[in-house]
Amino acid sequence: MSKKKSMTISAILFLALIVIIVVLERMLPPTHIALAVLKKGCIYSLVAVSMNLLNGFTGLFSLGQAGFMLIGAYAYAVLTIPVADRASVYMYFDGGIIQFSVPVFVGLLASGLLAALCAWLIGLPVLRLKSDYLAIATLGFAEIIRAFFQWDKLGVVTNGSNMLRKYPTFSTTLFPFLVSAACIGVMVLMINSSYGRAFKAIRDDEIAAEAMGINLAKHKRMAFCVSSFFAGVGGGLLAMYQTSIQAMTFKSSMTYEILLIVVIGGLGSVTGSCLASFLFIASSEWWLRFLDTEMTIGGFKVPLLRSGFRKVVFSVIIMVIVLFARRGIMGDREFSVDGICRFFKNLGKKKEVKQ
Amino acid sequence: MLKVENLKVNYGGIEAVKGISFEVPENSIVTLIGANGAGKSTTLRSIVSLVKPASGSINFLGENITGKDTNDIVARGITLVPEGRKIFPDLTVLENLKIGAYMRKDSLEDDLNWVYDLFPRLKERHWQAGGTLSGGEQQMLAVARALMSRPKLIMMDEPSLGLAPLIVQGIFDIIREIHRQGVTILLIEQNANMALRTADIGYVMETGSITMTGSGAELLVNEKVREAYLGN
Repeated sequence: MSKKKSMTISAILFLALIVIIVVLERMLPPTHIALAVLKKGCIYSLVAVSMNLLNGFTGLFSLGQAGFMLIGAYAYAVLTIPVADRASVYMYFDGGIIQFSVPVFVGLLASGLLAALCAWLIGLPVLRLKSDYLAIATLGFAEIIRAFFQWDKLGVVTNGSNMLRKYPTFSTTLFPFLVSAACIGVMVLMINSSYGRAFKAIRDDEIAAEAMGINLAKHKRMAFCVSSFFAGVGGGLLAMYQTSIQAMTFKSSMTYEILLIVVIGGLGSVTGSCLASFLFIASSEWWLRFLDTEMTIGGFKVPLLRSGFRKVVFSVIIMVIVLFARRGIMGDREFSVDGICRFFKNLGKKKEVKQ
Repeated sequence: MLKVENLKVNYGGIEAVKGISFEVPENSIVTLIGANGAGKSTTLRSIVSLVKPASGSINFLGENITGKDTNDIVARGITLVPEGRKIFPDLTVLENLKIGAYMRKDSLEDDLNWVYDLFPRLKERHWQAGGTLSGGEQQMLAVARALMSRPKLIMMDEPSLGLAPLIVQGIFDIIREIHRQGVTILLIEQNANMALRTADIGYVMETGSITMTGSGAELLVNEKVREAYLGN
């Protein structure tokens, strides 16, 4: 199929998704769980793809994602709280020292930029490390950042360990969808460019990549900063979604959730990460909820169903996926219009052969 | 073209190269032969700065390139075909070739056709992942990838390693063909027989020093070389 044709079909599919979202929002009550899943799924897709860029495409095993999300979330919240509300938010710190506020998009851009700046700084020493050591160092960084943002002395900016709230949020699902789609689009362009090829070369064989003239330090730093930039934007979006944030919630378990999504989706597959994000969020927040409530059918109490059982089932599902689909649901392939067409064509051919 | 003087390299805590000097004239095939651990690979790796030399100087086209960044050296026209091929297994053949031309920003069309002419097999398999090729094809890909940077000097680290004799013959045919098209070649080999037959100049390396030098034909009939490396 020609490139132009598949581009058109992709564009139509994208528009169809927008229409579906708009229709769903009209039909469902605004508090319906499906809408919450969609919103959070969009945000997690963005963060998962950003992590995949680093872990799956460049082969840098980093566990700092929650830290960069925290930086992004705080940058967004701190900069966008309206001046009039600052006194009530920063009630223990005399209204804080920042007495201005910026528009939403400037705030989101700032979350990305601040996260990227921090990545650049810690990248200088940390990117010299490899594999497990890099993971330990970045995990440590994320933990330090979390403690640092709760530090009382910084309260005039970060509000210490108190919540940040009253900053502008979004009500429509379209907002996180479009922002995430734009960000993921930028990352896909990067992956398909010569930079992306260099990243993959570094992942496959560092020495050979260096011998081909690829500057390892520069490219690793670039991947690290870009990944952190989009994790920061994702953090900003998450802050908007949650309507209030606290450093406490950006634990390392958040990084593990995202890592899980990346691995389940397939290391090195953008569409895999997106697909897995929605599956993960939908299962953990919605489809498996019923496992947490006790149920009686006709006087018979269904065994095992109680608060917390959901997590048990969830873990089992993950183990099954890891055992039977070692490379994730997508491997390193991509979900594409071309691929689907080819699949159906092949299906048709096989049937013909049978007849 | 390439002039190495008094090069010393420490590698893994030992002095792997102990002050060697040699020259690669333009448009020649030069070979370094020697046993395992003689310091041949380390010499090549230090020329492209993958390991930093301890002392000595490396001059390329009249300029001192000692200790410059690898990407700078590649841009000046030296490429290394690393030992053990080291192709990118998860990238397609075409992507592997494009990575080879990473330092260049101009059109690759002509060069792709050039390497596809040299290695028709790669054209047939351009969409295949590098890791799925056979050993000989991977070696072809490694050479083709290095050629994509349009090098003036191509350095090959044991291109015959682990390949069947017939395929080794094919690789050496290609080396001669590349040379005929004007690329200077510095070759490292344990397969001394093949290497000396192909080379204009040969150097024999033993435990970090160059012990003998001469034209390929001279070394081939030299008693000591025959005894130590040619098995008779």
